[in-house]
Amino acid sequence: MITRTSTRAVTFDSLVPYFGVIALIIAGSFFFPQILSVDYLTQQLQIAAFLGLLATGATIVILLGHIDLSVPWVLTGAAILSTALVGTGNPMLSALAVPAALAFGALIGLINGLGVAVLRIPSMVWTLAVNSMLLGLAVLNTGGFNPRGESSPLMVAMASGDFLGLPFSFLIWIAVCSGLTWVLVRTPFGRYLRSIGFNEKAAFLSGVSTPSVVCAAFAIAGMCSALGGVMLAGYANQAYQSMGDPFLLPTIAAVVIGGTSILGGRGGLFGTIGGALFITLLTSILSVMQIGDAWRNIIFGVIILAMLLFQTLRKGAAQ
Amino acid sequence: MLDYAKSNRREVIAAAVLIVLLTIYLGTHPRGASTYVMTIWANQCLILGLAACAQFFAVVVRGIDLSVGAVMALTNTIASYLLDGSPAGIAMGMVAVVGAGALCGLLNGVIVVFGRIQPIVVTLATASVFVGLALLLRPTPGGAVNYDLADAMTLDVLGIPTALVITAVVVFAFWLPFRRTGLGLGLYALGSSEQAAFQSGIDTRLVRLAAFTLAGVFAGLAGLFYSFVTTTGDAGIGPGFTLNSIAAVVLGGVLLRGGVGSLVGALAGAFILKTIASLMFFSGIPSLAQPLFEGLILAGAIAIGGADVLRARNKLEVFK
Amino acid sequence: MTNVNKPLLEMRGISMHFGATKALDGVDFLCNAVEVHAVLGENGAGKSTLMKLIAGVLQPTSGDIQVDGERVSLSSPKAALRHGLVCMFQELSLVPDLTVRENLLLGARDSGLGWLRGNGLEAARDVLARIGGEDISFGARVADLTLPQRQQVEIAKAIMKKPRLLILDEATSALSASVVEKVFDLVREERDSGTAVLFISHRFHEIEALADTISVFRNGQRVETFAKGAHDYGAIINMMVGQKIEELFPPKPPVNPEAEVVLHVEGLTWEDRVKDVNLTVLRGQIVGLGGLDGQGQGAFMMGLFGLLRKTEGKTALEGTTTTISGPKAAKQPDVGLAYIPEDRKTEGLILDQSIEQNLELAALGRGDLDAGDPALYANSLEQLALKHGGLDLPVSSLSGGNQQKVVLAKWLALAPRCLLLADPTRGIDVKTKTQIYSILRKLADQGASVILLSTDYEELIQLCDEAHVFFNGEIVASLSGDDLTPQNIIAAALNVSATRDAAHA
Repeated sequence: MITRTSTRAVTFDSLVPYFGVIALIIAGSFFFPQILSVDYLTQQLQIAAFLGLLATGATIVILLGHIDLSVPWVLTGAAILSTALVGTGNPMLSALAVPAALAFGALIGLINGLGVAVLRIPSMVWTLAVNSMLLGLAVLNTGGFNPRGESSPLMVAMASGDFLGLPFSFLIWIAVCSGLTWVLVRTPFGRYLRSIGFNEKAAFLSGVSTPSVVCAAFAIAGMCSALGGVMLAGYANQAYQSMGDPFLLPTIAAVVIGGTSILGGRGGLFGTIGGALFITLLTSILSVMQIGDAWRNIIFGVIILAMLLFQTLRKGAAQ
Repeated sequence: MLDYAKSNRREVIAAAVLIVLLTIYLGTHPRGASTYVMTIWANQCLILGLAACAQFFAVVVRGIDLSVGAVMALTNTIASYLLDGSPAGIAMGMVAVVGAGALCGLLNGVIVVFGRIQPIVVTLATASVFVGLALLLRPTPGGAVNYDLADAMTLDVLGIPTALVITAVVVFAFWLPFRRTGLGLGLYALGSSEQAAFQSGIDTRLVRLAAFTLAGVFAGLAGLFYSFVTTTGDAGIGPGFTLNSIAAVVLGGVLLRGGVGSLVGALAGAFILKTIASLMFFSGIPSLAQPLFEGLILAGAIAIGGADVLRARNKLEVFK
Repeated sequence: MTNVNKPLLEMRGISMHFGATKALDGVDFLCNAVEVHAVLGENGAGKSTLMKLIAGVLQPTSGDIQVDGERVSLSSPKAALRHGLVCMFQELSLVPDLTVRENLLLGARDSGLGWLRGNGLEAARDVLARIGGEDISFGARVADLTLPQRQQVEIAKAIMKKPRLLILDEATSALSASVVEKVFDLVREERDSGTAVLFISHRFHEIEALADTISVFRNGQRVETFAKGAHDYGAIINMMVGQKIEELFPPKPPVNPEAEVVLHVEGLTWEDRVKDVNLTVLRGQIVGLGGLDGQGQGAFMMGLFGLLRKTEGKTALEGTTTTISGPKAAKQPDVGLAYIPEDRKTEGLILDQSIEQNLELAALGRGDLDAGDPALYANSLEQLALKHGGLDLPVSSLSGGNQQKVVLAKWLALAPRCLLLADPTRGIDVKTKTQIYSILRKLADQGASVILLSTDYEELIQLCDEAHVFFNGEIVASLSGDDLTPQNIIAAALNVSATRDAAHA
């Protein structure tokens, strides 16, 4: 359909986190040689997939020029929903666990999209409010306790199984990324997404149905968050309160250090993959080094700032 | 008077809503409209209110500050060390606490202006740093604040909660005069149209630096007042305040695109949020359902605020 | 016209280069006190660049600027203001969400970041009263004012700064005749009290009324400076465009009375901005819409394209009545409308994306077209003679004229039945204008219809088969053939025709 495009999937900015990953591995291995082991590295791939899926959905929304702050509770909600269905013991319901969770994610995404596209509420505020409502629903539903339920064998396999030596979760993540990259590059929807991210008014005037694109993008993000929740539930074999909260900021960070502009239009999934890998590895190494919470936070923040400043320097040099 | 009302219709609506809510709250509270009830309410409101003021300064110049909560945590932990001892020491301690907030804000501003990075991303990263520093100071909640001082700040003065007096001071002694300075108006000009502000001879970089620094000052004040209320330092208080401060300013009529709204609106929004939460608490709605109701009300209020966009007759108006 | 010994402002050897583009090339320019100096030129001629240099928004690539004989560096608008150089830009500098008073305070000459004293406000009030703005409340939000009121406040804001050099860049484009007269009186007073006034406008009747000296710019150079009256209208146009005005436009074909009706609009009404407007456009016609800024012609066009809610009236395309719900519906083959918006940088194009991506954006939504097929655009690009360095370069790398060509090509790929253009040649150089006129006429000859909103009389007269002039939301004059003259257009635009004749009778 579209033969030649000028958005190359791999730009220098999107490669930076990969260099960071390599740097981390090399530096870390001086202190802890076990970092270079296959076991450790594949475990990183497995864990990175959880953050990675969330970041993938977030990238779609950020390319649009918006932001999705409902990630924590869509994730948790999907986990609760799927484990509850499995927990009923009914085989039919168990089979529905994963599809239901995905449908839940899509539904919340649609609600997000409608508020943003139709009511024109800033996405930061509306997705925050939606997050709040989901939190309320969850509290009401679970009574404040940890939700009862369990994960299905499928969910566990998705999270912890492997295939030809690579973790399933990682393969699923990469598959989702590949599919979405194809959509971004080869379909009108993907083109509209970036155009709206750069200039919604001009896109609208060119006859793009901006509300549809916005709703679809948020729905995709919702499904990614839901899938992440399902996998995390598979990993922990249950859902638990506030399992989603620690993920919000690293998700956005992963997208941004991968070279995607927070303003929209520019960037892509290749960089996000690198960003998620980098953050997962960084978190893991800091934990292996037994660095306390305090310094972990400080180092995390400083490194993100450094990478952003580097991006600015590059832009300045390019001019 | 009517002109003022027309120009600031969002704040007027917010203020009206607040009065209605407060009346309902005092009416339904089992202990009624007593100083005691008002004081507890006012203290909670002021903490969020100061955080909302901080957010206001970032938002009015078309930015956002995701480090508000973290700065509060940091300044709160600093306060838990400095606010106990001799009166002179305590006085200097208070200055140091607010100063720390100002430094945090200045750091944000410097990176935004000179690093040319979007505020949302900068403050996301600095929040992490500030929380880390707070954890260094107080790995677990602890510390102390001089009780007399804390009482003075969090009880009442002649029957009026001190927190409300402080709010009045902020509005009348700071905001109203500030609104009439070049810097005050410059904030709006910058948020409205950076190009127009520049062409009018405004130093946009300085104004932006000042905006983020002021945000840090108010976040520091929020952390300071928090320490009066709890008399301990706690590094974990951040996340709720950051997101609530955003909700508060939006409820109070401050537009996220910048150039619109006022400090009064931010305060009103915060007070409304806290009053709703308090109302929930005493309303007899089962505690398990309260977060959901709060979320619904927040969503509803925001949706109503957004719905006036549906009245826009020119479809292009919604794109800014 | 008196000349003071030393010019107030002197620019010597000024060049302004933007990459490879030379906006100004070795220009010498003088401004004297007690003089109204009009600057004329097509867009792209360098006028607005010159003004931006004086206002401190830009700094010259080479050359120097002297004020009162001393070299100055106008490194920022603040610096320019310190020297008393005040510029009223076309894009108003008022902050919409502040009140009139606050905007005026912000603009006061010695206001810094500290306490703003209210002095100078009385002067502003006087100015407003003198230019017919006495009913503008100082407590009103600027966003709630009408466009003419905003221009009045902008003028007051400028005068309040006690300028030594006042630049008015299209400052009266939305003002009614009586208000314009008052503004001119004010300007003359300023001049007489020692201020130098630089006046940019492309309305000749204003130049005639106000200017003492005229400078013509073309292609980044100053062609000539002369006293008013030294050259006639035709000669001035010649200087501005470098050729006879008639040569810019393709020949107009004779009117075809048998042509079928392509677009028929009846009773289009919207808010109080468009009042019961009827319009009929025949196949092969280029119809012009004229009038002062904001008189409803722009809103009318937007209403046609489905951009306005709650419009009343009927629209019929080739006999079939349709309701157009928005741009997406408007571009489908059964309706076949195309809209080239007024602001190409923010509405017509996505500057950060490539030429190719911009070209494809409208066609992507048409199921019957393959947006990626270069053949869709090849014809238009060739006819428009688009100059580019590669279709995958960002469209921001193109000149203004070439950018507008991309917007046109984007829509022409859809083979629209009727093309709506909102002031398409604003800010475009002469050569590109000629190319655009030529392709518009070709399109019309091939059976499309064109509705052209223009603020340029020559376009309405030379290019359009008929012109409709708007005032206060209504069409007050429909001119064609011998009636299509500058005088008639101006009169209709200012709504003075019948009344003035009656007064002089």
